[in-house]
Amino acid sequence: MSKLSRDELRSIADLARIALTEAELDQFSSQLDVILDSVAKVQEIVNDEIKPMSHALDINNVFRADVVGNSLSATDALAAAPASEDDRFRVPRILEEE
Amino acid sequence: MNLFEFENVITDFKPVLGLEVHVELNTKTKVFCSCPTNFGASPNTNVCPTCLGLPGSLPVLNEKAIESIIKIGLALNCQIAPWSRMARKNYFYPDMPKDYQISQYDEPICFDGFLDVLVPNGDDSSKIRIGIERVHLEEDTGKLTHAGGFTGRIHGADYSLVDYNRAGIPLVEIVTKIIPDTGELAPEVAKAYVATLRDLIRNLGVSDVRMEEGSLRCDVNVSLMPIESNQLGTRTETKNVNSLRSVERAVRFEMQRQAALLKAGERVKQETRHFHENDGSTSPGRSKEQAEEYRYFPEPDLLPIAPDSKWIEQLRSELPETPTAKRERLKQAWQITDFEMLAVVNAGALDLIEATVELGTDPSAARKWWLGKITRIANERGVELEQIDITPAQVAEIDQLVATGALNDKLARQVISSVIAGEGSPGEIVQKQGLAVVSDDSALLDAIKEAIVAMPEVVSKIQDGKLQASGALIGAVMKATGGKADAAKVRKLLFDYLGVSQD
Amino acid sequence: MTELTRMTAVDLAAGIKKKEFSAVDVAKAHFDQIAAVDKKLNAFLFIDEDGAMAQAANVDKKLASGEFLGPLAGVPVAVKDIFTQKDIPTTCGSRILENWRPPYDSTVVSRMKNADMVLLGKVNMDEFAMGSSTETSAYGPTTNPWDTSRIPGGSSGGSSAAVAGFLAPLAVGTDTGGSIRQPAAVTGTVGVKPTYGGISRYGIVALASSLDQAGPFARTVLDAALLHQAIAGYDPLDSTSINQPIPDFVAAAKHKDIAGMKLGIVKEFAGEGYQAGVLNRFNEAVAILRNLGAEIVELSCPSFTYALAAYYLIQPSECSSNLARFDGMRYGLRVDDGDSSVEQVMAATRAAGFGPEVKRRIIIGTYALSSGYYDAYYGSAQKVRRLIADDFNAAFSQVDALISPTSPITAFKIGEKLNDPMAMYLNDICTIPVNLAGVGGMSVPIGLADEDNLPAGMQIMAPVMCDDRMYRVAGALESALVSSWGGLLLDKAPRL
Ligand SMILES: [Zn+2]
Repeated sequence: MSKLSRDELRSIADLARIALTEAELDQFSSQLDVILDSVAKVQEIVNDEIKPMSHALDINNVFRADVVGNSLSATDALAAAPASEDDRFRVPRILEEE
Repeated sequence: MNLFEFENVITDFKPVLGLEVHVELNTKTKVFCSCPTNFGASPNTNVCPTCLGLPGSLPVLNEKAIESIIKIGLALNCQIAPWSRMARKNYFYPDMPKDYQISQYDEPICFDGFLDVLVPNGDDSSKIRIGIERVHLEEDTGKLTHAGGFTGRIHGADYSLVDYNRAGIPLVEIVTKIIPDTGELAPEVAKAYVATLRDLIRNLGVSDVRMEEGSLRCDVNVSLMPIESNQLGTRTETKNVNSLRSVERAVRFEMQRQAALLKAGERVKQETRHFHENDGSTSPGRSKEQAEEYRYFPEPDLLPIAPDSKWIEQLRSELPETPTAKRERLKQAWQITDFEMLAVVNAGALDLIEATVELGTDPSAARKWWLGKITRIANERGVELEQIDITPAQVAEIDQLVATGALNDKLARQVISSVIAGEGSPGEIVQKQGLAVVSDDSALLDAIKEAIVAMPEVVSKIQDGKLQASGALIGAVMKATGGKADAAKVRKLLFDYLGVSQD
Repeated sequence: MTELTRMTAVDLAAGIKKKEFSAVDVAKAHFDQIAAVDKKLNAFLFIDEDGAMAQAANVDKKLASGEFLGPLAGVPVAVKDIFTQKDIPTTCGSRILENWRPPYDSTVVSRMKNADMVLLGKVNMDEFAMGSSTETSAYGPTTNPWDTSRIPGGSSGGSSAAVAGFLAPLAVGTDTGGSIRQPAAVTGTVGVKPTYGGISRYGIVALASSLDQAGPFARTVLDAALLHQAIAGYDPLDSTSINQPIPDFVAAAKHKDIAGMKLGIVKEFAGEGYQAGVLNRFNEAVAILRNLGAEIVELSCPSFTYALAAYYLIQPSECSSNLARFDGMRYGLRVDDGDSSVEQVMAATRAAGFGPEVKRRIIIGTYALSSGYYDAYYGSAQKVRRLIADDFNAAFSQVDALISPTSPITAFKIGEKLNDPMAMYLNDICTIPVNLAGVGGMSVPIGLADEDNLPAGMQIMAPVMCDDRMYRVAGALESALVSSWGGLLLDKAPRL
C-alpha cells in the first residue's frame, strides 16, 4: 500500500535533518517500503473504542518540589562543545527563522 | 509600504484578532529540572544535564508550575482538564537543547475560559468579553546572540552564540479564541486585553510579567474580513510585541497594511511578521503558507497530569481577588466613575494608586499625582508607569507635605521630577533645594507690605468689599517669594493685616 | 581453587570478604582475561583500568578497616556504553558521540559505585541500541564466545559477550524490545528486563523512552538477582520510576520451590520461523517445570501477532525524537566546512555520525509521526499496545507467569541478516510484547539447540512489579538443569 516516493523520502529526511546520499535514497526507499507495508498491519485490528496507550505505567501526577538544586559550571557545561566563545555555545549562522 | 487610512479600514473591513501571550512563571526552579531561574545570571551557569538536553537526562515536572498554571486557568474562568499530557513538539533549532520542545498539544491543562476587558469608547467605556481558547504549559528556549555582520540580527550574522540559562524556564501560553469584529476599537481591545491579562497574572503572583524583560511576550494575529463578508481573511502573526503600546500599534499597522493590499487587489501572505519599535511598522518573517510539521506526540518521559477536584478547589481558595472585583471595590471606595476607573487602569496605575492610598493618601490626591505629572513623564519617555522610579511611599510622603502646607502643588510636581531623576527622597529634595513653602509669617508680612505699598488702588478695592481683587496682591506676594508661599496663608495674613473679614 | 574469572559474583564477593583473595586480585584477573581474549570478542569499547583498580583498592581498604560492605562489594561489572558515567566515554556505539565524556553519572552507575562494585569499563552495543546483533556498532561487531563467527545478540551484545566470555561476572544492559533477553539467550547467560519503572532510566541514553529498561546480565539466576537488587528502586530523577518498595529478588532466586505455581504458554509464540532445536529445548524445560510441580496451561494472546508491527512504529517514532538532539551543536561530532549554515551543519553531522540502521529508524519514525500518517501509524500502534497490555492482564489473571522461547533462533552468523532489516527484527518477536506492556521478562539458559550446539533460552514473564516471580521460576529451573548438566551451560562453551 504505502509506496514511499523518492521525493517524499527526501522531504522526510530533511525534516529529520539527515543529508541522505543518492545511494542511501535508493537503498532506503525499497527497504522502507517493505517495513512500512509490514507495520501497516497495526491498522487491521484497531477501532475507535480502543484508548491509545502512550505510557507503560498507569500512574499520574509525578512532580518535584520547587527547590533549587545543583547546576553545572559554565566550564563543565561547555566542556564537550564543538565550539564556544564567551561562555556560550558557538553555532554556525542560522538561515531559518523560528 | 502602502498604508490605508485607519478610518477607512473600518468602513471597508472587519478586523479579526487573535492573541497569544507567553508568560514566564516566577518559580524558583525551571519546569523540568532544579536549576535556578534568576534573570541575568552569567551565561550557561543555570544549566544541568536536563536543561542542556544531555543524552540520558530526564525531565521531572515542577509542581509549583502546575499549580501556577491551574491558578491562571481558574482566574481566566477556564475548565481544568481532569487528565492531560505533555507533548513533544519536534523541530530543529539551536536554541532548543533537545531539538524538541516539551509543550502541550491537543490536551491543554486549561481550556475554554474568558476575560472581560474595558476599552475606552468615546466619553464612555465598553466591556468586551475575550474568549480564552487554551492555557498550556511549555518550556522556554535558550537565548541566541547573533555575532558578526552589522545588525546583530539573525540575517547577515556570521555565527551565533547560545546561552541556555533561559532554556527550561516554565512558560505558560495563553491563546484567545478568535476575537471577532471590534471595529475601530480593535487596537485598543488588543492593548486592553494584554494589560488586563498582565494585571491578572501579576495579581496571582505567579509571574513578574515584565514585558521589558521578556517575562510576558505577545504574538498578535490580525486578519481583515470585507465588511459585507463572513469569510475569515488570511492572518499574519506579528511576533514578540513587547509593550502594551506596541500591541496597539502593531494591530493598527497590520490593519492599515492589510487593507492597502486588499484594496489594491493583492493578497495578504500568511506569515509571521516582526514589529519595529522605532516606527511601529511590521516586516515579513517566516512564511506560514506551508503547514508546519511538528510531529507532536505524548511525552513518554512525563506522566499525565490529573488534578483532582480537591486540589483544584484548594488552589481556587488561594486565588486573590480578581482584577474585575478589585476595580469594582476600589471604584466604590474612591467614589469614581467607570470612565475615571478606566483611565486609572489604562494608565497602569491601579496598583500604584491603591498602594499610595493604603499609606494614608487621599484617593483623589493619589490619582492626581499618578495620572498627572508621573504619567506625563512616563509618556514622554515612552515607558510603562511602573517603570518610573518613584514609589507609592514617596508619592504618599510628597502628598503629606502638601497636606501639611509644607509644599504646594507646583512645588510638589517639582519634587516628583527630582525624585524620579534620582536626586533623593522627597524630604531630602525639599531640604536640598530649599523648596519648602515659605511659612515664616514675618517674611510673608514683609512681602505683603511691599505689595500694598505698590498697589494702593487694589487695597482700596478690597476695603470697598471687592474681595476678589485680592488676587493681584496675593499673586505679587507669591511672585516675590518664588512661588514657595502657601497661597491660602498669604490670603489670610493679607486680610488680617488689612483688617478685612474674609467672608 | 576456581579461576577468579570463572567464579560467580556470589562467590567472588564471599571470597573477598573472607580475604581469600582481594578485590584488587579479582579486578586484575579480569583485566588479564580482557587483555587475553577481547581481541576475539571486541566486547569492550573503553577499559577503565585505572578507575577500576582504584575502586578495587578502596574496597580492600574498607574491608581492612572493618567498614560494612554490601553483597556485591569488589565484584567487577561491565557497563553497556549507553549508561552515562562521569568523565568516562559514553558513545552508544555511535560515531556521533565518539569521545563524549558526560559530566554526570547515570543512576544505575552511581548505585553500582555506591554498592562498591568495580566498574571495568564500557561495553559494545548496536548503535543507539538499534539492532539484535551488535553489528550496527560504529566500532565493529562483538562476537559470540560460543562461536566467534556468530553474533552475541543485541543490542546489549557487549554485555552478553563479556559475561559469557568470562570477562566480567556481571554486566548491565538495556532492553527496549529484547536487547537484554535475546543476547542472554544466544550466549547462554541470564538476562533480566525488569518491570518498566523498576530501575531508573536517568542517565541511560534513550532509544524509546516508553519502552527502555535497564537490567542485569549474569551467569546465574542468583547473581542476576543480586545485581538487580543493587540497582533497582525509586529514583526521583526519573518520573517513570515506580515509587514502591521493590520485591526481594534474591530470596525469590533462592526459593527453588515452584510447586503449585501456574505457568502459561502463549500459543502465539510458536510456528513458522522457530528453530526446531530451540523448541525442543523449550519443551524439555517445560517438562522440567511440570515435574517441579508447576501447573502448565496453554493460553492465547491474540494481539501479540501485531506486536512486532506496533513496536516498529512506536520505537522508531520515539527514537526519531530522542535522537534529534545529536545535532553537533553542544557535544559530540560536528561536521562543518566553515562555510555552511547551521541547518546544513546539522544535516551533514547527522549524515556522517549515524549509521544506516539509525537513519532508517529515524526516517520511519519521522514518517509515522507526521501529520498525514499519525493516526494510521503511530496512533494505531498505540492502540495495539493497549490490546497487548490487555492480553497480558487477561493472561496474568489466569496464571502466575508466562513462558516462551526467548529468541526463535540461536546465534546467527555475523553479516547474515545485516542487510535485511525485517529478518533482523524477527529476532525479537517473543520479547517485544513484554516491553510494550511494561511487564517484566527474563531469559534463562535451557541448553544447546540440536542443529548447531548453540545456546537457547526460555523467557519468563511476570506482571508489573512481580519480577520476583521470574526469579523464583528461573531459580528452580536453573537448579534442575545445572544438576542434569553437571555445571553451568557456559562451562560447555569452548575456551577462548
Ligand atoms: Zn537544569
